[in-house]
Amino acid sequence: MAKQVAIDGKGVHYTPLNQRIRKAVEDGADEIVVSNVLGQRFIGDGLRGNVTVRIYGVPGGDLAIFMSGPTVIVHGNAEHAPGNTMDAGKLIIHGNAGDAVAHSMRGGKVFVRGDIGYRGGIHMKQYETQCPILVVGGSAQTFLGEYMAGGLLIVLGLNGPIKAREIGSGIHGGEIIIRGDVDAACLATGATQVPFTDEDRARIAPVIREYAGDFGLDPEPLVSADYTRIIPASARPFVGKYTWE
Amino acid sequence: MDGSGIRQALSMMNERGSGEGAGYVAYGIYPDYRDCYALHVFFDNIRENKSVVDATLAQWGTIEHDEAIPTYDRPNLRAVHTPWRYFFKPDPSLAPASTSPEDDIVSALTMRVNTARRGALIFSSGKDVGVFKAGGWPEDVADFYRIEDYEGYTWLAHNRYPTNTPGWWGGAHPFNLLGWSVVHNGEITSYGTNRRYIESFGYTCTMFTDTEVVAYLIDLLVRRHGLEIDLAVRALAPPFWEEIDRMPEAEREWNRALRLTYAPAMMNGPFAIVAADAGTMIGFTDRTKLRPMVVGECGDRLYISSEEAAIRAMEPKVESITMPAAGEPVVGRVAP
Amino acid sequence: MTIGSLPPRYRISIDPVRCMECERCIENCSYGVFRRDGERILVNSRNCTACHRCIACCPRDAISLEEHPCDYRSHPLWTREAREAIYNQARTGRIILAGMGNALDYPVIFDRLVLDACQVTNPSLDPLREPIELLTHIGKKPARLDLRRREGGDVELGTSLTPNLRVETPIMIGHMSYGAISLNAQVAMARAAKETGTFMGTGEGGLHSAIYPYQDRMIVQVASGRFGVNIDYLERGAAIEIKIGQGAKPGIGGHLPGEKVCTEISRTRMIPEGSDAISPAPHHDIYSIEDLAQLVRALKEATEWKKPVFVKIAAVHNVAAIAAGIARSPADAVVVDGFRGGTGAAPRVFRDHVGIPIEAAVSSVDAKLRDQGIRNEISVIASGGIRGSADVAKAIALGADAVYIGTAALVAMGCRVCGNCYRGLCPWGIATQHPDLVERLNPDTASEQVANLIRAWTLELAELLGAAGINSIESMRGNRDRLRGYMLDESLMQVLDVKQVGA
Repeated sequence: MAKQVAIDGKGVHYTPLNQRIRKAVEDGADEIVVSNVLGQRFIGDGLRGNVTVRIYGVPGGDLAIFMSGPTVIVHGNAEHAPGNTMDAGKLIIHGNAGDAVAHSMRGGKVFVRGDIGYRGGIHMKQYETQCPILVVGGSAQTFLGEYMAGGLLIVLGLNGPIKAREIGSGIHGGEIIIRGDVDAACLATGATQVPFTDEDRARIAPVIREYAGDFGLDPEPLVSADYTRIIPASARPFVGKYTWE
Repeated sequence: MDGSGIRQALSMMNERGSGEGAGYVAYGIYPDYRDCYALHVFFDNIRENKSVVDATLAQWGTIEHDEAIPTYDRPNLRAVHTPWRYFFKPDPSLAPASTSPEDDIVSALTMRVNTARRGALIFSSGKDVGVFKAGGWPEDVADFYRIEDYEGYTWLAHNRYPTNTPGWWGGAHPFNLLGWSVVHNGEITSYGTNRRYIESFGYTCTMFTDTEVVAYLIDLLVRRHGLEIDLAVRALAPPFWEEIDRMPEAEREWNRALRLTYAPAMMNGPFAIVAADAGTMIGFTDRTKLRPMVVGECGDRLYISSEEAAIRAMEPKVESITMPAAGEPVVGRVAP
Repeated sequence: MTIGSLPPRYRISIDPVRCMECERCIENCSYGVFRRDGERILVNSRNCTACHRCIACCPRDAISLEEHPCDYRSHPLWTREAREAIYNQARTGRIILAGMGNALDYPVIFDRLVLDACQVTNPSLDPLREPIELLTHIGKKPARLDLRRREGGDVELGTSLTPNLRVETPIMIGHMSYGAISLNAQVAMARAAKETGTFMGTGEGGLHSAIYPYQDRMIVQVASGRFGVNIDYLERGAAIEIKIGQGAKPGIGGHLPGEKVCTEISRTRMIPEGSDAISPAPHHDIYSIEDLAQLVRALKEATEWKKPVFVKIAAVHNVAAIAAGIARSPADAVVVDGFRGGTGAAPRVFRDHVGIPIEAAVSSVDAKLRDQGIRNEISVIASGGIRGSADVAKAIALGADAVYIGTAALVAMGCRVCGNCYRGLCPWGIATQHPDLVERLNPDTASEQVANLIRAWTLELAELLGAAGINSIESMRGNRDRLRGYMLDESLMQVLDVKQVGA
C-alpha cells in the first residue's frame, strides 16, 4: 500500500519544511501532501527519489531547483524559476508560473497548465541521454528559449495567441515547438523556423498525450494541430563575432 | 591604600622608562561622587577650550561638580596641560535605544571630544576612578598630583619609554574608558588590525599609541558583548590552534568559536598587560611570553608587576611570588 | 595589397653548429614552426608563440628566440599592439579575443608597497623556533558569541558556528575549468591542493570523475551556464562558489568554443557535444542582489546548510558596495578578482580596459565591510595577478583573508605565459584537449611542482610574518600599518590606507 505523509505547511519556514519532506522520503513515503503552502521557496531543493509531492497553495521561487527524480504537483500558481537547474523528475503546475521557468533544466519534465513569464526555458540543455522537456499550456512571454542548448520546449497557446517576441535568442541546441503560426518577426537572431514534419509530430505526440493526461485534456486535437518548429541556425551562434589576437 | 606605596614601587623600575611619561590610576577615590562619571580632562587652554566641553556635557546630562585637579609644580615637569575633573551624570533618556544608556553616552562623548582635537582630551571616564598621568618620571608625576592624597583600593601604575609615538601626556599610561583601565609593557604588532576592528564599532583611537586599543577592546568584549573578563582576555591572547585541536570537544568548540569570532581582536607582539575595573584586576602576557610578568600575593592583596623588586618595595613580606604562563590570565576580584 | 603581412612577432633561429638534428623541436612544437627539409631543419618563425617548448627540450641549446626582431617605427602612442589591432579589425570587422591576463603596462601597485620588519622595539620571531600560524578559516563568523560559564566553571557555547573551510595556508588555487585547461592539469593541481592542505576551484566546467578522489578539497563553481551543476556535484564539493564575474572580463559571459567540447567535456559539463558552451553574462535567475541571496540560500538549502558558499565578483569600480551587499546575504566568502586575473580567452578590450586592480579593490572592500561592522563575519579572498609570497602578504595586509592563485600554478606546471591558451594547442599540455598534448603533462610531476610552489610561498610567508613580529596570520589581516607606499600618489595611498615610506 502506498505510504502517504501529510505536512501542514502553514507558517513553516522552507528549511524545516524541506527537512520534513526529506525525512518522509527517507522513511519511504510514496506521496507527500503539503498543504497551506504560501511563498516558501526552494521546496524540493536537491530532492532525490521517486516520491510524489503534492503542493496546495502558492510555493515561492526556485521550486524543485536541483531536483533529481521526484514528481512535484502544484495545485496553484508558482513563482519565478520553477524547475531551475532540475536534473530529473517532473514538475506539474496547475496554474501559471513566473519568469525563467525551467532555467538551465537538463532533464525531466516541467508541465505548466497556464501561462509562463519571460525567458521560459532559458538555457535548457541536453547531453547524452538527458533531455529536458517544458510544456506550457497557455502563453509564454518574450525571450522564450533564450540561450537554449538542448531539450524540447512546447507552447500550446490554449489561452489565446502567444505573446513572446525574441524567441530563441542565442539558441544553439534543442527545439521550440509552438502551436499555430509564429510571425517570423518574433524570432530572435540565431533562431530559424523549419517545417513541422510528420516525424516531429510522432516525436511530440507522446509528450502531448502525457501532458493532456496530467491536466485532463482531450489530447487528440492537440496532437493533430498545426505547429511551428523553431531550431538554432547554428550550434555556434556567436562564432562570427570574434577574431584572434 | 594611598598612592605613596605604588609611587615607591614604580620608581624601582625607573631603568625601564625614559622620563617621558608616567601615570597612575586608582579605584575608590571619589566616594562623595561615586554615582557620577568622573571625567578627567587635559585642557590645552582653559579659557579657550573648557566652554566647549562644558556645553557638550550640559547637552547630555548634568555636571554635578567640576574643578581643577590639584597639581603642584615640579621643577622637572613642564605643565603643558591643565588637568580638570568633572563629576557628570548623563541623562539616560537621551539614548533610549541603548541597554546601557549612561555608559554609551559617556563613551560616545569621550570619543567625540577626543576626535575633535579642540584642546581637550578626556583621559579617564569611569565612576569612582581617576587616572593621573603626565610627561615625566614616575616620582615627578606622582608628586605633581600628590597621589599620596588619594585613598584607593586598586592601583595601577606605569612608567613609559615611548618609541613609536612622541612622549605626550595623552600617550602616557594608564589608558581608561569607563570602568576599565589598562597599563601595558611591550608593543602590539597587530595594532593596525586591532585599531581598524575596534574603530568599526564606533571607537576612535586618538592617543597615537597602541595600548589605547586594549582599553577599547576590553570595553567591547566585556561591556558590550557580555564576555567575562577572563574569556575576553582569552580572545585577546588565544591559545595556538595546535593547543585548541588537542582540547576535549566541548572546550575545543568554544575556544575555536572565540578565536574565529574575535580574530581581529587578537593581539600579537610582545606584551604584559594589567587591566582593572571596579571589581577586578587582571594581568596577562602575550602567547609566547615575550615580556616579563611577576605576581605576588599577600593576604587579600594581589600584586602584578614587571619586576619582583617593585612588589617587594611595596610589600616586603610578600607571601608568594609566581610567574604565570604565557597567555594565562591572573585574575583578582575585589572582595565585596 | 592594402595591409600586407605584418612583421613577425618572434624570430626563431637554430645555431647549425650546435644543432644535432634530433628533431625534438619538430616533435614538440604544436604550432608548426619547425620542419625537416633534407639535411636541415627549417624554421617558420611566423608560427611561433614564444611558448619556449622547443627551447626547453633542445638538448644542445641550439635554439634562440628574439622578440620583435623587426619592429615598427617606435611611437609612444601608436604602439605595435594598437596598430596590429587595427589591421586585424580592418580585415575582419570582429571583436579581438586574447589569452592570459591584462597586457597593458599599468603600474603594479604591489610593487610599490613595501612590507615591514621589527627592529628593537619588538622582537622579530624566528619561524624555525617559534610557531607562526598560517591556518585560515574561510567562512561566516558570528558577530559576537553567547559564551557563558556554568556553575562548576565549564564554559558553555550558545552560538552555533556555520561550517568553515580550514585551510592550512592562505594560498588557494582559483577556478580554472576542465575545458579551459586539460584534465591532467586539473588533476595535478587538485592533488597539490590536497597535499598542501589547501583548496582548489573547479571552474565552471563541472567535476570530472578523475577529480572525485580530491573532492573534499574542491570548491565547485556554479556559473551562469550551470555547467555540470546537479545535486551530486554540489554535495561532492567542500564548498560552492557562485561565479558572478571574472577579473579578466568583468560584465560579460564566456564561450568555450564547440570544437573543444569533446565527449568527456560534454559529459562533465552536461552539455551537448560540439556546441559552444555559452555562459551568459548574468545568471538569468539573478537580476538583483536579493536574487543573489536567493541563489546562495538555494545552494545551502540543497546541501542542507553544510557547505560554505562563496561569491566571486570581478573588481569593478563599485566593488566595495557590491561586496558589502554580498556580505549581508548568507554567503560565507566574497572572492574579488582583480583586473589582472588570467583567462583562457577574453575580448582584448575587456581584458585590458575593464575593472580595477586587486590591491585597490581588496582595500576598499575591507574598509567598507569594516565601516558596516561586518568585516570579520565574512571572508575575503583576493585574486588576480598574485605572483609570489610578497603579493600574498601584501594582499592580506590590505585586508584579504586568503588569495587564489591561477596563472602562478600554471607556470609551476611549465606554462610560459605565451598567452595563446585559446588556440587549444598548448604544447605544455595545460590549455589543450588534444590527447597527445595533454599526455605531455605528467600529473605526478606537475602536482609535485604545484605543491612545491605552495609550500615555498608558505615558508616565505611565515618568515615575513615572523620578521614583522606576528605569529598568526589574523594579526596581519588588514594590518596596513605594516605596509608603506613607495612612489604612490597620495590619493591612492588614501584608498589603500597606507602611509608613505619614511612616515
